[in-house]
Amino acid sequence: MLSRVADTLYWLSRYIERAENNARMLDVNLQLTLDATILNHRYTQQHWESIIYSLEDTKLFQELHPDITGETVVEFVCFERKNPNSIYSCLCAARENARSVRELISAEMFEQLNRMYLDFRSGEAQRLFRSSSYQFFQWALQGCHLFQGIADATMAHDEGWDFLQLGKFLERADRTSRILDIKYHILLPKEEQVGGTIDSVQWFAVLNSCSGAEAYRRQFQGQIAPWTVAEFLIKDASFPRSIRFCVGSLDHSLHQITGMDRGDFLYKVEAERLSGRLLADLSYVTMDDVFGIGLHEYLDRIQLRLGEISKAIYKEFCEWLDS
Amino acid sequence: MGNLFTGYDPNRFFDEMFASPTEVRPHYERLFERYNDLTLGEFDRKRLVADNSFLTQGITFTVYNDTEGTERIFPFDLVPRIIPLNEWLHIESGLTQRISALNLFLRDIYHEQKILKDGVIPAEIIHSAIHFRPEFMGFNVPKDIYIHVCGTDLIRDEDGNYLVLEDNGRCPSGVSYLLENRQTMKRVFPNLFSRYSVQPVDRYCEELLNLLRFIAPGGNPEPTVVLLTPGIYNSAYFEHSFLARSMGIEIVVGADLVVQGGYLMMKTTKGLKRVDVVYRRIDDDFLDPQVFRKDSLLGVPGLVEVYRRGNVSLANSIGTGVADDKVTYHFVPKMIRYYLDQDPILPNVPTYLSMFDDDRKYMLEHLPELVVKSANESGGYGMLIGPHATREEIEKFRDAITKNPRNYIGQPVVQLSRSPSYISGRFEGRHIDLRPYILFGEKTTIIPGGLTRVALRKDSLVVNSSQGGGSKDTWVLSE
Repeated sequence: MLSRVADTLYWLSRYIERAENNARMLDVNLQLTLDATILNHRYTQQHWESIIYSLEDTKLFQELHPDITGETVVEFVCFERKNPNSIYSCLCAARENARSVRELISAEMFEQLNRMYLDFRSGEAQRLFRSSSYQFFQWALQGCHLFQGIADATMAHDEGWDFLQLGKFLERADRTSRILDIKYHILLPKEEQVGGTIDSVQWFAVLNSCSGAEAYRRQFQGQIAPWTVAEFLIKDASFPRSIRFCVGSLDHSLHQITGMDRGDFLYKVEAERLSGRLLADLSYVTMDDVFGIGLHEYLDRIQLRLGEISKAIYKEFCEWLDS
Repeated sequence: MGNLFTGYDPNRFFDEMFASPTEVRPHYERLFERYNDLTLGEFDRKRLVADNSFLTQGITFTVYNDTEGTERIFPFDLVPRIIPLNEWLHIESGLTQRISALNLFLRDIYHEQKILKDGVIPAEIIHSAIHFRPEFMGFNVPKDIYIHVCGTDLIRDEDGNYLVLEDNGRCPSGVSYLLENRQTMKRVFPNLFSRYSVQPVDRYCEELLNLLRFIAPGGNPEPTVVLLTPGIYNSAYFEHSFLARSMGIEIVVGADLVVQGGYLMMKTTKGLKRVDVVYRRIDDDFLDPQVFRKDSLLGVPGLVEVYRRGNVSLANSIGTGVADDKVTYHFVPKMIRYYLDQDPILPNVPTYLSMFDDDRKYMLEHLPELVVKSANESGGYGMLIGPHATREEIEKFRDAITKNPRNYIGQPVVQLSRSPSYISGRFEGRHIDLRPYILFGEKTTIIPGGLTRVALRKDSLVVNSSQGGGSKDTWVLSE
């Protein structure tokens, strides 16, 4: 497979996943602000700030908007074309990538992506948002899911597919860590207890934004506790949005591409070594370790290591594109 | 109760569908019955389905009028153009004759130049042609094929005779629209096809791939074939991607390729892989910055050397532009007589060459009646349509012709045939042309019909998409 094409598929997939997770992040905040009866304005405000912080887009945001408000954050994360990570920008980039690899993806995959793009382009998506933000997020989530489903059902599961999986799971691992990190940026009101009502509401919202409520409950029988939610989203072996699951899938796809056996911790290329090492860490780390390091710091390190894996993937398969 | 054909008037033109305001030509009768039943509302719904189908499939070209670039669909007219079998057989034999002569001509021009020595074509025309590549004199192209893919534009005059307007022997585009038009038409008017026996067009990509494999170096039976595109911002990118997809080959940009050890290689995730045949959709000028334009970022440094060594084949070959120069065009009927010893089956439009004193004198005296074209421009640019031109435009061309007589030709205005086309609420006659696509390989294959382009602006004779043109599905009947 052409190196440029592999890179294009990898990023196509990352953009879709990023768009989806943006919708998830905003949706969680929407849910939280609906509970604003128990939160005062200052804390609502903090929720929106936490999104901008966790996305690490603070500088660009401040250039465009003097104030962090629900409206400006949503505009920035959903529709702002100057923000390369907004849902609209991600879809434009994904579609542009898809256009250049149409010979590898199925016609249906392109058409699904194109329909979403055209809905933004025509203002249809913006109209939907104005009439119901909830429906807009659902629409965006479903559109991305539909793309993934169509891909799974119509595209050959060959090398190109493996690069799509790499992009998807790497991005998803990163985004799950950021969603989890939102909770770090939201301070509990002074009078509230850790593990109290508001704390639980917040953790539950985090869980929900990863579509993890049902899977979590089956594991932990209803009790929403900070440690167990964090444990679930970091370490669960079977939930497809947990960081460990994503890194495991990433590691699997890498081995598929190199043709290397995965047993006995074997690896052939640097990217595999890095992903295997991260996977081992996620598998064997204890939550005491995580909270000992500090949740935010731990997640930060994971994001850095994911970035290293991404660089190693490019170096291994695509480096000569720069020559 | 009127319908979409109410008030339709073929006027003084040759109309494809109507012999007179009340008389439908026999091969259009069944279509007329079907379309005559449609209400405006029904027809509009069908138009919407067709337009949406083009839009969601991304069959668009980009118009750069803002920073983002707006993608537009190429207007598609739902009244198909129908060609009876006997007319098609005539066209097909004429085009086969023509492409054979053009390839013999190019072989000759890049070798002995007998046709020049025998005085059939003035040598100065060839030596001054901007697309002539003297660097390739004496070079043997694989299988002696120069133009593998040709798009020859045909028009019909006031009497319905088919005439050749020009040959496109470099990178003719538009075939994807032809193929997609048929798909769309089948979706929108499925029942109409059961009333007719329409020759299928879908073997084009298979035949193109056969042709590309046929020219592989060393007769390699399993060659790696790629399509080289300038990239996704090129206006024909959809077509490049469409063709690569349909043939199941890689679509590459210059940066994907590199020359190593005398071979052309592509950069893959598993290392470098040899490429045998390149269907290139970029012009000669941009192919190789070491040989042609030094500022080209689209091509591959060293590609031409690999080509010269016979380690990679190109379609079309380098230097075919000398054959579709509009001055050379004038001599194609003479080529046919010279190389094939046959009378041309499809005539040219009568053409004056301003490089000849008598012709120039005539042209300068009759500019308001003539179409004047510059020898190497396309897309409807560099053209004067005398009867529609302002005095200033005419004077500009008079000046240009006088200064550079080699570069212009003049032709009488041919009133192209018209076909009913949908224009705001009803059918009106609009001028059309026809671009059949010819594949010249082990055998000559011409996909039945071609791309019918229609000048949607009232009274316009320019069918190019950049000048308000659209297209129609083109049916060749099999009985």
